[in-house]
Amino acid sequence: MLRDVAVVGVGQTSFGEHWERSFRDLFVTAGVRALEDAGVAGDEIDALYGGNMSAGQFIQQEHVAALIADYAGLSTEGVPATRVEAADASGGLAFRQAVLDVASGASDVVVASGVEKMTDLGSTETTEALAGSADREWEVFSGGNVAALYAMMANAHMERYGTTRRQLSEVVVKNHENATENKYAQYRNEVSAELVESTPYVSEPLRAFDCSPASDGAAAVIVVPAEDAQDYTDQPVYVEATEQGSDSLAVHDRNNMTSIDSTAKAAERAYEAANVSPGDVDVAEVHDSYTVAEILAVEDLGFAEKGDGGAFIEDGHASVGGETPVNPSGGLKACGHPLGATGVRQIADATRQLRGEAGTQVEDASVAVTHNVGGTGATAVVNVLSDRNGRSR
Amino acid sequence: MTAPRFWRKINQRYRLVGTECRTCGTAYFPPRDLCPDCRRDGDIVGKEFSGKGEVVTATVVHDAITDYDSETPYTLAVVELEEGARVTAQVVGEAEVGDSVEPCFRRISDEGEEGIVQYGTKFKRV
Repeated sequence: MLRDVAVVGVGQTSFGEHWERSFRDLFVTAGVRALEDAGVAGDEIDALYGGNMSAGQFIQQEHVAALIADYAGLSTEGVPATRVEAADASGGLAFRQAVLDVASGASDVVVASGVEKMTDLGSTETTEALAGSADREWEVFSGGNVAALYAMMANAHMERYGTTRRQLSEVVVKNHENATENKYAQYRNEVSAELVESTPYVSEPLRAFDCSPASDGAAAVIVVPAEDAQDYTDQPVYVEATEQGSDSLAVHDRNNMTSIDSTAKAAERAYEAANVSPGDVDVAEVHDSYTVAEILAVEDLGFAEKGDGGAFIEDGHASVGGETPVNPSGGLKACGHPLGATGVRQIADATRQLRGEAGTQVEDASVAVTHNVGGTGATAVVNVLSDRNGRSR
Repeated sequence: MTAPRFWRKINQRYRLVGTECRTCGTAYFPPRDLCPDCRRDGDIVGKEFSGKGEVVTATVVHDAITDYDSETPYTLAVVELEEGARVTAQVVGEAEVGDSVEPCFRRISDEGEEGIVQYGTKFKRV
């Protein structure tokens, strides 16, 4: 990057069913918390990026970056506000755009945010909106919604590598256990593998508890040039890499249904840019929109060998205290998944881990990875963050 | 799906007409107007597919979006056509990986009892 960038403040709402609160209310709460955390005044802000997947369908509102800038008191100063969209990778992309804006020298203090208000619609309309991340004409027309497409990837992985139904369940068990200490999480209850396997099928082999929920929520982080970071905080978190990959929109056009190549490509670039290897990663927040997605992620991010992701999680290597703790926040499954907010929430959680202030804390975490996927994997964003005083580097 | 959006695709929905790049010989279904490999060096022409193919992977969908509710549970698969392209489509009845399939003309979705019914290609085991 042209100049190094650091995260100096993070904030979020709790994720869940906020029936009494609007889209703009959620954003303002998260944004104010991030500014307070950073000790940044509103008039210092040079630019705002807002990740949002589908306000047009969820609340019939477009032009949402201007809306949130307005209600955050930024439009009186004419602060540029830009919406970023890549399905449920919108938040990760908004963060990346904010980092690139600072890295380029164009801006100094930038807000990266994400917000989604999903529960104003019923569940049928929500599923319909979610399907917009897949290929509407050639997948969804045939009855292939997002869960069905992930289910086919799960079956392909089970067929090829012997991944088991129980290994899918273990992702849920781990992530719910991690979320019990996360005050922002939608579900803070533990669940058993037997309970997961007693919930109804959504699309075989995936059951209701294999799916992340519909949620309302917002998250925001403040990024500044690394050289200025100490002016705002004693514990800056440095952005060592922010990389993005793409793949065909439709799953059927991919050579390989047992990996998400956009993740693998983004990860390869990110590790190279950050000069780390997967083994150096102390903690990861990954995109477990469906349980199989976490298994694919731990493989495509290089934590486990291809095909071993299920066993890696089942054997505890992805648990807190294991080799590479994955989703100590609870992940999308237990935190909730307000689509456009998730990628920014991951940055907030990774930052808390590197500061040592997370609910479920990974001991001595120094290098963190976040991984945010759009839909079934046509977009992936991989970020590497560090505290720059770690043993790992 | 609105009527114009469906109407534009009738050749594909009813007859599996895709495209082929004469430069590299790759067949595309769904059709592409630009060959992703040859790009501007490509030479794209229309191509009708036989519809014969093999199941690559499949699932049984229990929770569908609204217009597909009346069909649940249904089998959804990725089918590799003998010409090389892959499609996402329903298979009538059950499907296992490796099953040989052929196309059939079926009702795909409906907007309730009085709404628009959409037809297209499903597959059935040979």
